[in-house]
Amino acid sequence: MPGPVQAIERAAAILRLLARGSGRLGVGEIAASLDLAKGTAHGILRTLQGVGFVEQDAATGKYQLGAALLHLGTSYLDVNELRSRAINWADALAARSGEAVRIGTPLEGNVMVVHHVFRPDDTLQTLDVGTLLPLHATALGKVLLAYDADLAAETQRSDLPSLTRRTVVNAAALTRALAQVREQGWAGEAEEFMPGEAGIAAPIRSYGGLVVGAIGITGPADRLCDGGLRPRADLVTHVSNAARAVSRDLGASR
Amino acid sequence: MTQRYVMSIDQGTTSTRCILFDQRARLVSVAQREQQQYFPQPGWVEQDAVEIWRNVDRIVPRALADAGISPDQVMALGIANQRETTVVWDRRTGTPVGRAIVWQDVRTEELVREFEGKPDAETVRDRCGLPLATYFAAPRLRWLLDNLPGLRDRAERGDVLFGTMETWLIWNLTGGVDGGEHVTDVTNASRTLLMNLATLAWDDELLSFFDIPKRMLPEIKPSTADFGRTKRVVPGLRIAAALGDQHAALFGQTCFARGETKCTYGTGSFLLMNTGRELVRSTHGLLTTIGYQLGGEPAVYALEGPIAVTGSLVQWIRDSLGLIGSAPEIETLARTVDDNGGCYIVPAFSGLFAPHWHSEARGIIVGLTSYITKGHLARAVLEATGWQTREVVDAMNADSGLTASTLRVDGGMTANHLLMQFIADVLDVPVMRPIVAETVSLGAAYAAGLGVGFWPDLEGLRRNWHLAARWLPQLEASRRDAEYANWQRAVELTFGWAQPRRPV
Repeated sequence: MPGPVQAIERAAAILRLLARGSGRLGVGEIAASLDLAKGTAHGILRTLQGVGFVEQDAATGKYQLGAALLHLGTSYLDVNELRSRAINWADALAARSGEAVRIGTPLEGNVMVVHHVFRPDDTLQTLDVGTLLPLHATALGKVLLAYDADLAAETQRSDLPSLTRRTVVNAAALTRALAQVREQGWAGEAEEFMPGEAGIAAPIRSYGGLVVGAIGITGPADRLCDGGLRPRADLVTHVSNAARAVSRDLGASR
Repeated sequence: MTQRYVMSIDQGTTSTRCILFDQRARLVSVAQREQQQYFPQPGWVEQDAVEIWRNVDRIVPRALADAGISPDQVMALGIANQRETTVVWDRRTGTPVGRAIVWQDVRTEELVREFEGKPDAETVRDRCGLPLATYFAAPRLRWLLDNLPGLRDRAERGDVLFGTMETWLIWNLTGGVDGGEHVTDVTNASRTLLMNLATLAWDDELLSFFDIPKRMLPEIKPSTADFGRTKRVVPGLRIAAALGDQHAALFGQTCFARGETKCTYGTGSFLLMNTGRELVRSTHGLLTTIGYQLGGEPAVYALEGPIAVTGSLVQWIRDSLGLIGSAPEIETLARTVDDNGGCYIVPAFSGLFAPHWHSEARGIIVGLTSYITKGHLARAVLEATGWQTREVVDAMNADSGLTASTLRVDGGMTANHLLMQFIADVLDVPVMRPIVAETVSLGAAYAAGLGVGFWPDLEGLRRNWHLAARWLPQLEASRRDAEYANWQRAVELTFGWAQPRRPV
């Protein structure tokens, strides 16, 4: 068993220190209180600032607890912020794949579509931002389930409605499918939501690898999949690259 | 075969970004850095041109590294820039004589009033297509010449150079003190009040009207031209295009035909309509400007309706009021309520631009009652952008005799669905976003790529345009008309607020 990680202990001490008293301290005061070298304290503060746990007052240079700490339990990334940060890469994915792109986040046992880019063929299409999709029957949903154990357990406790003859309706089968998603880093869906349609999706990650959403393409199964209804490798690469690009913008390491 | 790319640098009001595009106009990598804004006095807006240059120095190599591309794979570099922002620097040291004065700055208000009183003031608009306003570069340059001790002498001697941001960047990229090219393009020059719209050259009458020494002005080139090769940052890149950002967006939206119109939603918002080879003079408060000029061809003209404050109102809500943590959260906040609750915000922070041109107007929030929450304010913030668009579209339709049947949109605020829906509602036409929302960068890349033969012709570029999203009007006419009437009453309340400052 490895021992406790010293930097995390120190970060916790800094947060406790900022949580009491006036709540506003300079780096020198923090370093002196915890008997740390100023450079060490500064490095930890910068990291905490990066994840939103502390904020620095622009005028005084003093540090205080960040707004992100107050919202630890609630939605972590504003969905409009997510769309705004992802829009360029979602566009590029649509241009590269030739298919419609959607970004989804979990909402009350469903996938909520927070961004939608039309299939770039200039045919008549309708924006479906705000639409709810089933978690268990879409590639976006499977990605969200695969990286959120609570959400997956909750979904498996409820009924898994059958939408086509290929929908995964068995809890054990879904568990296996989600394990596969984690293993390969992306999710596929072929005719499980709508006959003739398929989808490919990958996770959007933020700081520390936290999954905050999923980005994916949907389209006719015969375009997205090979003969055995397996997602085409080149499209999987496009989706994964787009997911990684958005994640990088959101602060996830490469 | 090695993949080839085109690079664009978009030097914008809040940030500078470097984007690489492949031959199918798909975005390959983006590197961006924000620059600091300085507000030293009410109505003053400044930036540090040296900081902007340093940002370019950082982002260009980063964009290449992120994409794993070597400089020799870059066929051309196109530059788009915030327009009218004025910088003067020493040609021997490369040091600016002060901070750049940004296009939103209204310090020249009194100066402009003096110009308006001159007997030949009427001829200015005929020559350059623009009304006398604080918005443009010439009054800023004159202000610097009047207020910086010794500057006029240095300008007469040829020791200092004037430029807007593309001129500053090209001069630095092509060598700076070591033989840098001192050049601009017709679109940027058309925003100074100093260029003759018909001849596309600096106009001696205008230079004498504003009393500006010709020696400090850059050489005017077409938008696609040989602007030199980079000697610094990443040496050897061929600078093949330069355009003002809004002209670049018109190009990036492939509005190549007469009547085609786009609106770019950023810090401010800018509606431009291509009017072809015809120079249309506005009678409804719009500007006549150059759309673009391809090397060796006549210029394509445009009508423009600039709106000074749209995205910057959201930034103000974020930075000065602290109601939101990031700009996109304005939509989240606005969605906490169903309507504006009777509240209207007219963001006349820099006076009102098109179609009103009231430099003395200042912003207001009206309709406040104890019912109003921050959610209603957020709604009013977004609606202000919608109604300002409506006013400009009405003027455009009246001037051109054409009725816009759709609106092509781009820019950062197109990520805001509530706003895009509202614009469709108040215009009562479909709003369409193309698959590359970064049309400013794309337009600069298109122009540069076209200049070096990377793309064959305009038709080829047009085929790259695809619809990414469309919002259809949903609001009933009676509601729209009633809300518009309220907005117009609110606008009238902003007029005449600012008074000339009394001598202390």
